[in-house]
Amino acid sequence: MERQAVQRAREAFLSGRARLVEFRLQQLHGLKRMITENETEISTALKQDINRSQYDTPLLELIGIECEIKLAIEKVAEWAAPRSVERNFLTISDEVYVQPEPLGVVLIIGAWNYPWALTLLPLVGAIAAGNAAVVKPSELSECSSLLLRALLPRYLDKDLYPVITGGVSETQELLRLRFDHVFYTGSGSVGKKVMEAAARHLTPVTLELGGKSPCYIDKNCDIRVACRRITWGKFVNCGQTCIAPDFILCEPCIQGRVVECLRLTLLEFYGADPKCSPDYGRIINTRHFNRVMGLMEGYTPVIGGQSDASQRYIAPTVLKDVPPHSRLMQDEIFGPLLPIVAVSDMDDAIRFINEREKPLALYIFCSDKKAAKRMIEETSSGGVVVNDVMMHYTLSSLPFGGVGQSGMGRYHGKHSFDQLSHQRACLVRSLGMENVNLSRYPPQDRRRARRVRMALKSPLIDMSKRTFVWAVTATVICFGLAVALLVILLIAAGLNCTCWYWRGFYNYW
Amino acid sequence: MTNTGHYNFETRKLLSSTINTEKMSREQLAVQRARKSFQTGKSKPLEYRLHQLKSLLRFITERRRDIADAVKRDLGKSENGTELFETLGLEGEIKLAVEKLAEWAAPRPVEKNLLTITDEVYVQPEPLGVVLIIGAWNYPWAVTLQPLVAAIAAGNAAIIKPSEVSSHSSKVMEELLPQYLDKDLYPVVTGGVSETQELLKQRFDHVFYTGSGTVGKIVMEAAARHLTPVTLELGGKSPCYIDKNCDISMACRRITWGKFVNCGQTCIAPDFVLCEPSIQSRVVEEIKKCIKEFYTENPETFEDYGRIINQHHFKRLMGLMEGNTVAVGGGSDESQCYIAPTVLKDVTAESNVMKEEIFGPLLPIITVSGVDEAIQFINEREKPLVLYIFSNDNKLIKRVIAETSSGALLANDCLVHFTVSALPFGGVGKSGMGCYHGRHGFNQLSHLRSCLIKQLNMEAFNNMRYPPHTAKKLGWARFFLLKQVNVGLLRRMALLAALAGLAAFVVQRFLQWG
Repeated sequence: MERQAVQRAREAFLSGRARLVEFRLQQLHGLKRMITENETEISTALKQDINRSQYDTPLLELIGIECEIKLAIEKVAEWAAPRSVERNFLTISDEVYVQPEPLGVVLIIGAWNYPWALTLLPLVGAIAAGNAAVVKPSELSECSSLLLRALLPRYLDKDLYPVITGGVSETQELLRLRFDHVFYTGSGSVGKKVMEAAARHLTPVTLELGGKSPCYIDKNCDIRVACRRITWGKFVNCGQTCIAPDFILCEPCIQGRVVECLRLTLLEFYGADPKCSPDYGRIINTRHFNRVMGLMEGYTPVIGGQSDASQRYIAPTVLKDVPPHSRLMQDEIFGPLLPIVAVSDMDDAIRFINEREKPLALYIFCSDKKAAKRMIEETSSGGVVVNDVMMHYTLSSLPFGGVGQSGMGRYHGKHSFDQLSHQRACLVRSLGMENVNLSRYPPQDRRRARRVRMALKSPLIDMSKRTFVWAVTATVICFGLAVALLVILLIAAGLNCTCWYWRGFYNYW
Repeated sequence: MTNTGHYNFETRKLLSSTINTEKMSREQLAVQRARKSFQTGKSKPLEYRLHQLKSLLRFITERRRDIADAVKRDLGKSENGTELFETLGLEGEIKLAVEKLAEWAAPRPVEKNLLTITDEVYVQPEPLGVVLIIGAWNYPWAVTLQPLVAAIAAGNAAIIKPSEVSSHSSKVMEELLPQYLDKDLYPVVTGGVSETQELLKQRFDHVFYTGSGTVGKIVMEAAARHLTPVTLELGGKSPCYIDKNCDISMACRRITWGKFVNCGQTCIAPDFVLCEPSIQSRVVEEIKKCIKEFYTENPETFEDYGRIINQHHFKRLMGLMEGNTVAVGGGSDESQCYIAPTVLKDVTAESNVMKEEIFGPLLPIITVSGVDEAIQFINEREKPLVLYIFSNDNKLIKRVIAETSSGALLANDCLVHFTVSALPFGGVGKSGMGCYHGRHGFNQLSHLRSCLIKQLNMEAFNNMRYPPHTAKKLGWARFFLLKQVNVGLLRRMALLAALAGLAAFVVQRFLQWG
């Protein structure tokens, strides 16, 4: 069944209709309508999957998707247009540009924690770039995945964008087939398998993985505000966010204060009993519930720690003085447990971070911009936010992606389009002007080599229309300003030739 | 024995114990030294990168003779040929990198939205770490050292593994490069298949491979085990379509040059020609004329005509010629690995010579009824590294661009897109992934890290995202996230308003003087 769907998608792509910009716009509009017309159904599905609150759904997923679609609709014609590049002396009379092209059939494997955003955002990029896409939502968010399978064919082209649901075996079957790009969001262990499968067909991949995103709190910053922001980022979606602050690093002297601020903020956000708060989520399934509970074993939390297996509920939990080699500090937590690890100072924190794999995000809370910049300079991560958490996700001009074990490739906004396109170098010369070429033909000698060297050495020139227009405008304005300045100086010097003119002007007023 | 004192990710143990380095292979040692050297932060400062790049440039200019000698022994290429095709391009890349490095490595500000209007938002290019560069034998210097230029410019360490097939060049590189570049950061590791396999078992932060698709798959599979990103510069059969209404003699001149340079052993050489039957004999005649002009009546004795790299490839190419009509050339000399510039006509699609990338001085001509059939022929096959089209009709060229795909497209010439460093050089599909040259190389071997620097004030603003959620808060969030504001335009308008205000003020004052 998977094979047939992929075959149909390829045939539909080869028909050429996905390439037309009007078609892409039409599909993007369709996707937007799907999101706006079915908000209630999507919210219900998410409530059943992960107990997402009715407000968190639009806030965390749907608004973001709408934003991306709107941006793509506005910009797709611009993004898909040929992009001129700088020339050199050899190519000065040629057409030199990069033409973005669709890749073909893209496989999008979504994740369960934000089943709509993480599946549809890559789809927006795939459609905008003119590809066909096979969408494979995660089976763990079952209701969302079934709803997506029902809805998508009603709004988008059935053949070009099929939805394939299923578990591990269906995914493995899909990965045996040939695609032109595979876009995977999920864990590193499965990411390796995806890349190995893609290697067999020489298919490029984008892997949005995870890791333990550290959160450093400097002792000299506004701890209350820092803790508010961290609390929000950590416990949203019950900690099941790839860019959630995984653990806190701070000096022992402020640990108590941090715990207090977290406690107060949790009270404000979720009330005395988060179980009753409509805004607090649940763990996706029993396996993950048991996994997260297992991480807590042997530790006494300073906040929270309560749980209810029947609801897969784990209270927002904070643990302090966590040793660096404990179980909690091995794998990505992906749950509502927030360990605090003590470090002696910022240098110690930098060392701690660098001893471990590069995370997907690094968070630094510090009032001293220079110190924060030093920390950025001396570490590496997919992205970094100073004095907040997760907000880099909302700015589509920033490329979103990991590095090292946290992933490869990036997306959001134009980056999605570029990631799922082939940037084809085009050089259109003419069959004339053969003199320029003479030096390259055999027989080779030093004189010819010298001529070629000179031609290749020339600086790169930006011959794009925009630069030309800007150059002309700037010249005209400068000339105009120069003339105006001259006139003013002449008048100030009180020259008779201009005085009567201005007196007349003044009398008029 | 070495005391490393670092965290071992596999065993999840903090390794404070010593590691028995005697048991480590040569490759493992080189990688470990490079990584330790990288971790000291030595390669990060721009001055250091510039220093290394300038040393590399000195290497090429001072050791011109040694390099040319090695290439002559490997591929029979003349000294001037080496300069033209290997070192000139390399010099250009290094000079460009030296000139532009500060610009490429600087933070790149990006467009903001309403929510981030007072924040610092930019993308910071960073080194990846240790890059593995696996070179190829056909242009042993250009194809191995150009990625190195990008790696150094991006601030990485790099293990350089030149191809063992071009054994002389590889030996010279191993001996001489450490005299110019940092020995620990940029070691040269020579060897054959088993050494390469040993290298591929190690963990890198990026693998840059140039070569065949079969080995490319193995490289990517090995990289997948460590989740290492790869750049694969592979090959394929690059078609060359000649429109019957173009200047055929000029087209054939350029094709002849592009095809027989380096004895056809160029990944972007025009692999085969597609043209209508009516012009086939004209094409053959013109190419024959050009071969004579470029390589004399007897290319075997001519200095600027190369040789096949080794016996294995010589035999492979002789096998491809079988069963086809030789229109020009066809001569060979096994003792010298010499094959004359050869044109095969009336070749069928099922012939052996059309089954794999030729990578030699055989140019098959396949007849097609017109551009439609040519496009169909091209699309039925894997996406090539480059597509060549010779035509005076711009509309036809644009049509071919729109209806086909390839790594690159070059109209009315061969190979020269390689020299335009502003163009990304790379394949698509089976011809490769990733690209390089100039800034693209720098970007390919860097991590472009998103940075968002906010303040700890204006906290009231954030209340709309915090629970307990209300419809009103959501409304505000929707407004701020969805309202697309062209911050750049706002800024320009504000500037214009300020200028207008100033102008009005000046005029008003001036009127008061009068």
